[in-house]
Amino acid sequence: MNAHRTASGGRVDRGQKLRFTFDGAPFEGLAGDTLASALLANGVHLVARSFKYHRPRGILTAGAEEPNALVTVRRDAARVTPNLRATQVELYEGLAAESQNRWPSLAFDLGRANDFLSPLFPAGFYYKTFMWPRAAWAALYEPLIRRAAGLGRTPTEPDPDGYAQCYAHCDVLVVGAGPAGIAASVAAAECGARVVLCDEQAEAGGSLLDGTAATIDGETADAWRAWCLSELAGNPRVRLLPRTTAFGYFPHNNIGLVERITDHLAQVAPGAVRERLWQLRAREVVLATGAIEQPLVFPGNDRPGIMLASAAHTYLHRYGVRAGTRAAIVTATDNAYRTALDLRAAGVEISAIVDQRPGSPMADAARQAGIEVLCGATVAGTRGKLRVSGVELEGRTLACDLVLMSGGWAPSVHLFSQSRGRLAWSDAARAFVPSASAERERSAGACRGVYGLAEALADGAAAGVAAATACGHAGKAPHMAVTGDEHAAHAAPAGASPRANPGKKAFVDFQNDVTARDLLLAAQEGFRSIEHVKRYTTVGMATDQGKTSNLNALGIVAGRTGKQIPEVGHTTFRMPYTPVSFGSLAGLARGDLFDPLRTTPMHEAAVARGAVFEDVGQWRRARYFPQGSEDMDAAVARECRAVRSACGVFDASTLGKIAVIGPDAAEFLNRLYVNDFSGLAPGRARYGILLREDGFIYDDGVIARLAPGRFHVTTTTGGAARVLAMMEDYRQTEWNDLEVWLTSVTEQWAVIAVQGPLAREVIERVAAGIDLAPVALPHMAVAEGSVAGVPALVFRVSFTGELGYEINVPARHGRAAWDAVCEAGGSLGITPYGTETMHVLRAEKGYIIVGQDTDGTATPDDAGLSWAIGRKKPDFVGKRSIERATMKDPARKQLIGLRTQDPAVVLEEGAQLVDAPGLKPPMKPIGHVSSSYRSAALGYSIALAMVAGGRARIGQTLYVPMPAGDIAVTVTSPVFHDPEGARLHG
Amino acid sequence: MLLIHCPYCGDRPEIEFSYGGQAHLARPASPATLSDEEWAAYLYLRKNPRGLHAERWRHLRGCGRFFNALRDTTNDRFAGTYKVGEAPP
Repeated sequence: MNAHRTASGGRVDRGQKLRFTFDGAPFEGLAGDTLASALLANGVHLVARSFKYHRPRGILTAGAEEPNALVTVRRDAARVTPNLRATQVELYEGLAAESQNRWPSLAFDLGRANDFLSPLFPAGFYYKTFMWPRAAWAALYEPLIRRAAGLGRTPTEPDPDGYAQCYAHCDVLVVGAGPAGIAASVAAAECGARVVLCDEQAEAGGSLLDGTAATIDGETADAWRAWCLSELAGNPRVRLLPRTTAFGYFPHNNIGLVERITDHLAQVAPGAVRERLWQLRAREVVLATGAIEQPLVFPGNDRPGIMLASAAHTYLHRYGVRAGTRAAIVTATDNAYRTALDLRAAGVEISAIVDQRPGSPMADAARQAGIEVLCGATVAGTRGKLRVSGVELEGRTLACDLVLMSGGWAPSVHLFSQSRGRLAWSDAARAFVPSASAERERSAGACRGVYGLAEALADGAAAGVAAATACGHAGKAPHMAVTGDEHAAHAAPAGASPRANPGKKAFVDFQNDVTARDLLLAAQEGFRSIEHVKRYTTVGMATDQGKTSNLNALGIVAGRTGKQIPEVGHTTFRMPYTPVSFGSLAGLARGDLFDPLRTTPMHEAAVARGAVFEDVGQWRRARYFPQGSEDMDAAVARECRAVRSACGVFDASTLGKIAVIGPDAAEFLNRLYVNDFSGLAPGRARYGILLREDGFIYDDGVIARLAPGRFHVTTTTGGAARVLAMMEDYRQTEWNDLEVWLTSVTEQWAVIAVQGPLAREVIERVAAGIDLAPVALPHMAVAEGSVAGVPALVFRVSFTGELGYEINVPARHGRAAWDAVCEAGGSLGITPYGTETMHVLRAEKGYIIVGQDTDGTATPDDAGLSWAIGRKKPDFVGKRSIERATMKDPARKQLIGLRTQDPAVVLEEGAQLVDAPGLKPPMKPIGHVSSSYRSAALGYSIALAMVAGGRARIGQTLYVPMPAGDIAVTVTSPVFHDPEGARLHG
Repeated sequence: MLLIHCPYCGDRPEIEFSYGGQAHLARPASPATLSDEEWAAYLYLRKNPRGLHAERWRHLRGCGRFFNALRDTTNDRFAGTYKVGEAPP
């Protein structure tokens, strides 16, 4: 039996011993323990080092609000969870926990030097201390700060556990299964509502688990609790979610819950789901989240062995653990008296009760029981190194190994505040409590300052009925009769001001190591807004979100600035309520499922050919097809030569494709694109340009008319979805007079581009039913027939400047058609090429890529494409904009070509251009390089660039300033290869 | 996550929708007759109210239809949604 365990009592299973380790040392606990209660049962109080000063810290609380006792739990190398609150870690056989933020050991931590150097680290020290010398920032300060920052270490291996996500709906969600939450759930369920009741603990009951002597409806509180839970569990309309934290209140009653499924188990099956993230949409929400006792701010209030009175009460009654052998109680409430009496009954010596108030009705009872009570006393400091050994009062020291603090209760309004509900100061509760709701929500019990068991039950039942009624159910709130409730929470002056004691630290925020002096300094330095004080001192900004510090901080700032707390206001409570693992937020969206990967029907053929791939949006495209030991440059040069001299084959399936169908299809495209489609005959195609209404190029692609009312529109690979969205927008909201239908057919067609002087011969070998003669199927024509025995649309189009065809076959036949084309062209030297070669070939012809050569500020004229504009059309999207004078300014950036004067030099894409050599920054660039390649066909490097007044500069020399010096370039036409287009029309 | 009422499909979560900006902006019938200032106003000037805002939404991952909504920009509450061509509620 543990030395500090009581002989009987509590909810632990005394027959089931569990072994565990802390920092490698073996301990024994009981089933039903948390790590914190098991450590305390073994007399271990020192469990952590604080964040900034590395001060020894113990266990302050017994719940989710714990700021100090953060530990790492290690199951194996991959299952390492840092920053868990020991007060919430359920003990299991073999649990291995480690302390954090210490080196070399918890008992001897060199980081403690920070505590003695603390005059160097006042509030906002990082704004003050690390400013000079300037050079020291990158070399010294930042690396040091980075090393010191953060708590815990992330695991080094991928997380092998499974995480699930689910969506659910209910009438009434009740958050918190304490007395108010249980009463609300029972009441709402009796009305017939579909209820979800969640609670962060393993066992529902809240404060009912802490050994109250009260009876409810004539039964013990525990019997009543058990009866209610079995009623709820047996109701098919009720779902109970234990070990489930409501961490976020999102708009329209969307609540984020995280359910911990395996963390309390000793053995976890491989692949088991560790956590489940619920996105619950509730018609009505009842918040019954309770209240959190607040510490008192006095010098040295952070030593191990100093904890909240309510925590000691919980450890005693719920876990059968005496948190010390001799306790001093420092209080501003009556609650602590009850704890003192209970502890004494359990065999703990009470050194004295130090009541900061002038008196208490409980004082006499305590004195009668033989406990010394010092009213109106203040604490000057505490003693002890790794464990508290005494409380210093004026003129005397109370010897003790346990100090209990009771500074009043703060309602847990975190979720309410997240829901954007308005808080109001309550003089009765001495705290901020929920006022006007922003959502369909109501708070019940201690979380709105309603303390006392009978009051909380009545409040919960009323809230449950009201919530159910708001969902259309009906019923009457059940009355629950309570006797013998002796432990009602009490209000206390928030932020009881500390005694001025410049030599000693009085902590307000334990997790972020913020002291009363830091807050006073912030006020002295002129910070008035509590939000600014928060950011300057970091009070309330740790992972505990100020659960045990916000109210005290408010009190201190109010006192220093001579305001009342309601005037000071409060800071915003941020989600999550307690930290949520990345695993549960990510769910299945990791690894291959992080982002969908799109591959074409011919993907496996490219894999078989040894292609190197690149990701283009979600598409994975073959970039080049290296042979032997070829690098990219060599492969691309070979592929380019093949297309220019014989024939290449390219997978163009990723092109966006939209079927535009209907009697008004031509009119629709006329209104949308710059081109005139009215004269386009069926069987012919046109290069289309789509502008935004502001006149800038949005997308481009070939548009073919297959029949009078049927167009096949292609878009850029990346633009497919947004072009369809834009088309739908105009179709539905502007031009609903037009009869036209839009369908994405990107995935329906596989596209095989066959390009090169021998392309026609290749196509002739695989196509049937199509007259390929140049007169019958000239450049920019389309014919229907069959290829490799499957129905096909054959476009005569070219993105290379060579004779070219694009074969469209139904996607399921893509691979077969690809193989047939490759086989047919084998004897003609057909060569598969990838996106890199495609880019070089099109740049040699001066064909732009939207988004690479244009950047959202290019007009058709800027890109040298005004020839495409249908001049006779009265209107199209963007026309009015490109007719503004500034859009026709000859000084606008225009697309031109560049040749480096040294043909071996390849410019960097994105490089800036200037018009004189030897300029020193800052200089004004006149343009930039948008595409740049080594051209195998031409024998020199080429580039496309957008240059101010570029077309008038053809022949001029410009300069590309680079770190190694200026690179001289000559401005040329953007068309380097076959400017007459003879090859295209061959 | 907002809960949005598609007038065609009913209540659906926000991720099914795309936002379409201010509602009831009609493209001018003949833009050529507008001055640069008038055209710029159509292109760029938008309301930014504190309170109810008439705006377009599209049930992109559902029926695909555009519709209009009245949303309070201070608290994201929808006063109602309505079909294209209908008057605001």
